[in-house]
Amino acid sequence: MLRKGLTLAAFGLALVAGPAMAATTQAELKDIHWSFEGPFGKFDQVQLQRGYKVYREVCSACHSMNLMYFRNLGQKGGPFYDPKYPNPNENPYVKSLAHDIQVGDIDQDTGDPVKRPATPADKFAAPFPNEVAAAASNGGKAPPDLSVMAKAREGGPAYIYSILTGFVTPPAGLTIPAGKYYNPYFPGDLSGSWTGSPDHVPQGGVIGMPPPLAPNKVTFDDKTPSTVANQARDVAAFLAWAAEPKMEERKQFGLGAMIYLVIFSVLLWFSYRRIWRNVAH
Amino acid sequence: MSGHSTYEPKTGFERWLDMRLPVIRMAYDTVLTFPTPKNLNYWWTFGGILSLCLGIQIVTGIILAMHYVPHVDYAFNSVERIMRDVNYGWLVRYIHATGASMFFLAVYIHICRNLYYGSYKAPREVLWILGCVIYLLMMATAFMGYVLPWGQMSFHGTVVITNLFGAIPVIGPSITTWLWGGFAVDDPTLNRFFSLHYLLPFVIAGVVVLHIWALHVPGNNNPTGVNVKSKEDTVPFHPYYTVKDGFAISVFLILFGFFVFWFPTALLSPDNSIPANPLVTPAHIVPEWYFLPFYAILRSIPNKLGGVIMMFSAIAVLFVLPWLDTSKVRSMRYRPTIRLYFFIFLLVCLVLGFCGAHEPAEQVIPGVTTFTLGDYDLNTMVWLSRVAALYYFAYFLLITPIMGLTETPLPVPESISEPVLSHPASGSAQAAAASNKG
Ligand code: HEC
Ligand code: HEM
Repeated sequence: MLRKGLTLAAFGLALVAGPAMAATTQAELKDIHWSFEGPFGKFDQVQLQRGYKVYREVCSACHSMNLMYFRNLGQKGGPFYDPKYPNPNENPYVKSLAHDIQVGDIDQDTGDPVKRPATPADKFAAPFPNEVAAAASNGGKAPPDLSVMAKAREGGPAYIYSILTGFVTPPAGLTIPAGKYYNPYFPGDLSGSWTGSPDHVPQGGVIGMPPPLAPNKVTFDDKTPSTVANQARDVAAFLAWAAEPKMEERKQFGLGAMIYLVIFSVLLWFSYRRIWRNVAH
Repeated sequence: MSGHSTYEPKTGFERWLDMRLPVIRMAYDTVLTFPTPKNLNYWWTFGGILSLCLGIQIVTGIILAMHYVPHVDYAFNSVERIMRDVNYGWLVRYIHATGASMFFLAVYIHICRNLYYGSYKAPREVLWILGCVIYLLMMATAFMGYVLPWGQMSFHGTVVITNLFGAIPVIGPSITTWLWGGFAVDDPTLNRFFSLHYLLPFVIAGVVVLHIWALHVPGNNNPTGVNVKSKEDTVPFHPYYTVKDGFAISVFLILFGFFVFWFPTALLSPDNSIPANPLVTPAHIVPEWYFLPFYAILRSIPNKLGGVIMMFSAIAVLFVLPWLDTSKVRSMRYRPTIRLYFFIFLLVCLVLGFCGAHEPAEQVIPGVTTFTLGDYDLNTMVWLSRVAALYYFAYFLLITPIMGLTETPLPVPESISEPVLSHPASGSAQAAAASNKG
């Protein structure tokens, strides 16, 4: 309510003030709710599994996740954690997921570079050998590593979701360079490529990523409809988990620590009252 | 330390040791029996809280240093590895990162407590100056710590801050090169900052010892600002203040835990989760919140050298405060006029912090263009910081000295135990004495 009021007030002022200054703009992120919000929020394991599938089948063609190992998928709190296999390296499902991917290695006899199926101890393989190659194949902009993407942007998973679902046809009057795409959620300053009224420069910027998602691009193993919104939501949740894989452990630990501290504080308060009861102060 | 010792060695060993190295006596006198004014309020618990903060930073820091790799190619990933693969590494790292903010929160409250109750005045000037030294060392330590994870803010913040030294005439550029260990912020810079970040907390611990020594010579100030007159005015530190400080520490830890467990990234910039890239400068380079008021002062001056001088003066002025304050009354409880100016001062510090978080050219009230003076738009962060910075310096350099000479303080109680109001006779005499001073 208050926020709305303030926005309206600011908007009113902006109208009075005339032409807005040229600056980086960005549309307000989509409001989306996550199972892992709040002090008790947890990741939805099935959602993480779907999210991994979207990453694996779509995003991994361009984006690396250099901080991720296959074993992470089977660790406590991970998408494929199975209490039967406390050691994720022994989790058969994780093993088979890893086995589907080829990683580089060195032949132990000849020293030649070879490819072999990955094991849970291996890192996610990067799609490009280096950043120059990544940029060269993507119109000059290298796709950034996604390991901690959910921590590296204001808004985190809501930002990722908004970007992925935010590709729209550019308004008439906006010139978009070849190989670039208009996205109102990508921070940018479009005043230079806008031929319309300077009071109504579109929000957002041009991004070097083509819209990666499309309906039914990924087949979900459960009954979840494979819409762009669902794919985006699930991959954003997966990236949120990848950026903070210890979040559940942290909140759980915090709850215990807080209960302990509150009880301890109450006890200290009563000791304080008792010790000081005969001192006028 | 000030000759009040009541320690009596009980065992043969204690007697033997007491003749040779009276450490038990020292601990007994400083921690257990030290006579402490009985009217200290909760603002006095922050000394204990600060000691705990230092301890927490040192313990978590040593554990982090076991896993951290001070190299431009590995630093970022080594910090992430601590969060992902080290047992409870996320806990240690988030406590350390949040702990820096908590440390500054506590030190700012501690400093404001001293300003309000006049604790920096005679005979506590050395105590106060040692506190200012600790604060400076903390700023240096936190700045260098922030460089270590080698994210975008780490790198570009270092570039901005180290470049400030380049503004010094003649020797400036050489100093910058010397700080960097080369011609740009690079691996040697990261290495030396890590080395110093490890060293300085122990220097702080040493100065803290001196600080407590300097405290125990005159003893604590108290909310009335009146000197301790008799034994009735004090209680032994233990158990009275161990339990009160203990309670306050426990409540402080609840706030601390709130950030560590639920909002660990609230105090960290998202840009610092992007590995440092010298070729890409973040849109806004903003330091940690605890540096923002000084950052605003720095940027309020159009000339770089001038800005650097003003920024350092803002801290330097604290060192001479005991000699700027002309009032004979310590506590602002009895100084209603300056109390008002002091509350404005606190507000001004927050305003400076607010300005520091925004771009100088940004408008304070968005959209309003009517506050212009010739070519200047007064409705901008830079002008707001100029006004605020002016007040900041005026508070110390004009208001404090003048107010002490011109104001009429309220009657001050005769002693801690006997508040003036219960003694109307002595009360009016005291009031007369106080107003004569004015
Ligand atoms: C065809 C290659 C390609 C695919 C597939 C792709 N991306 Fe991207 N992505 C890019 C490029 C190139 C950029 C850099 C764009 C720029 O900075 O202009 C990028 C940037 C991003 C960004 C960062 C935007 C920012 O704020 O800098 C996110 C988040 C992202 N991609 C997520 C995804 C996700 C999630 C997927 C899978 C659903 C995906 N991408 C699939 C090429 C791709
Ligand atoms: C006065 C006490 C201290 C303060 C105020 C302080 C402050 C900081 C800050 C602000 C950071 C960056 C946090 C982040 O974004 O991750 C940091 C990182 C670090 N500090 Fe400290 N620190 C202190 C003491 C110590 C000590 C005593 C050690 C080692 C013995 C230490 C070792 C480290 C290491 C290895 C890092 C990098 C890891 C990381 O970024 O989390 N610190 N410190």
